[in-house]
Amino acid sequence: MTQAVKPQEPVEAAGEKRTPAAYRTRWWEREGVIPYLLIAPAILFELLVHFIPMVAGVIMSLYGLTLFTLHHWASAPFVGLGNFKLAVSGPIGSALLQSFTVTLPYAVLVVGLSWVIGMLAATGLSAEFRGRAVLRSALLVPYALPVYVGIIIWSFMLQRDTGVINTVLVRDLHLVHSAPFWLLGTKAFWSMVAAAVWRWFPFAFIILLAGLQNIPTERYEAAAVDGSSSWRQFRSITMPGLRSANFVLVLVLFLWNFNDFTTPFVLFGSAPPSPADLVTLHIYTVSFESWNFGLGSAMSVMLMVFLMAVSAVYLRVLRRGGESGV
Amino acid sequence: MYESTAARWFRRVTLALIALFALFPLLIILLTTIKPLKDVQNTFQWIPSHITLAPYAEIWSTVPLLHYFVNSLIVSSSSTVVSVTLAVFAGYAISRFQFRGRRLFSLAVLSTQMFPGILFLLPLYLIYVNIGRSIGISLYGSYLGLIITYLTFALPFAVWMLAGFFATIPRELEEAAMVDGTSHWGALFRIVLPLARPGIVAVAVFAFMTAWGEVLFASVLTTQSTRTLGIGLQEYATSGDTAWNQMMAAAVVVSAPVVVVFLALQRHLIRGLTSGSVKG
Repeated sequence: MTQAVKPQEPVEAAGEKRTPAAYRTRWWEREGVIPYLLIAPAILFELLVHFIPMVAGVIMSLYGLTLFTLHHWASAPFVGLGNFKLAVSGPIGSALLQSFTVTLPYAVLVVGLSWVIGMLAATGLSAEFRGRAVLRSALLVPYALPVYVGIIIWSFMLQRDTGVINTVLVRDLHLVHSAPFWLLGTKAFWSMVAAAVWRWFPFAFIILLAGLQNIPTERYEAAAVDGSSSWRQFRSITMPGLRSANFVLVLVLFLWNFNDFTTPFVLFGSAPPSPADLVTLHIYTVSFESWNFGLGSAMSVMLMVFLMAVSAVYLRVLRRGGESGV
Repeated sequence: MYESTAARWFRRVTLALIALFALFPLLIILLTTIKPLKDVQNTFQWIPSHITLAPYAEIWSTVPLLHYFVNSLIVSSSSTVVSVTLAVFAGYAISRFQFRGRRLFSLAVLSTQMFPGILFLLPLYLIYVNIGRSIGISLYGSYLGLIITYLTFALPFAVWMLAGFFATIPRELEEAAMVDGTSHWGALFRIVLPLARPGIVAVAVFAFMTAWGEVLFASVLTTQSTRTLGIGLQEYATSGDTAWNQMMAAAVVVSAPVVVVFLALQRHLIRGLTSGSVKG
């Protein structure tokens, strides 16, 4: 990735004829060197924290790295695809599959709902009215809070006996007779979705709001002169104008939520009910409870391959859509 | 935007509902922090039996909150400073230079967003432990390890956003300065940086928030002495009965700094996003 161009440069400079300008140009000021110097520190840290561990993770998935070999990792036995076979077969395999089948609808729902609410808020706030700035700030607060704080608030509100949600539903509005357990069974899934949407819709909102500001208002004025309805304007002006914002927003939201760990971890600790057992937490539990890092790495590699495939299909489909002139 | 009466009312009602959804939990949290313990142990009451600020005083002794607060502050601000500095350099390189590997670098940086954290958490843990053992630089359980980890989390987004931001600053300004004898470095520091301040501020806020709210890596890479707020806050729930009033008060205390800064700088953030990300 980086070409090492640095050491020999000063020698070259010394050999050149020394016009005053060339004399002043040190090796770190040369056009060819500067960009590499500029990106070198970023590369160094990305290598250390992302790329080397990623490669190490792939290698680890091929080794029997358990509690016994963890601290003498050079002596861990090579097991080939053994960890992958283990990860997809028997009870371990069905638990992982269950976790995937929970995570996919979770990510899709959170992205979809966050986008819809964020879009409604962004279009609603694109016109001038009194109190607009205050409302905009208010809607951003859930996103400004640390992630775990948001989840803790929801955890409190969803408590069966002391939570405000059951109080409103049962005592105040008489909508339900017996107070449900929101953090058990299938309801745990919906609780998680609610908490995550609350956290992520402001992000969709702020990105879409920024996108809307890039659409020239003349287009709307022209459409209004033609007598187009609001819905028509939304479809033929707003949506195409937001195309590039949406492109990134949807992908990033999907990846973040598919990899979500904080929501189930803060709500349920490391033993979530199975409808809330998102895949990252699942792998985390498998890895740190059994200290079987080989197995955990194999599962993580499968997760990454899955996400890369989804991203590749997404990029392909949308790029093709772009060429057909949307 | 031109709109009919029906559309206007649709907009007002949806905005009101969304605002309710966003703000209701915040009202609950604030209400809970001024309740005595016995109120939060029984059925939820809208009106506190009496109003007390005791939870705000008690949080500091139930859990070593100040200690966690300081830990989070050290880790988050250090990683912010370093990652913003690195992102300024890298973003400037991408927006101003044509060089071999430029496209590869941008793609590689963005692709790190696609990696599941759990994939590199396990190896990173082992790498940190082993670096500590063989070289003696302790990265596991230390501030340094967490700072290095977090700075790379914010880096891709920061590079991408700043590159977009720098691209909106006319090159002619730097070229004029360079004709006058300023070097590329001088142009970066004296001309580009001051103009890009809103973008840099936005990126810094984002980097700080990323680190301040992180839980997954903190749960593995910290020990008792370096524990950060994301993990520490859960300790209010572990001592038998959850003191929800204290938990909520602590939540308010740890959120206040980021929320205030975020809201104060949101204009910059939106401007930064408008000129940066949307070009994606």
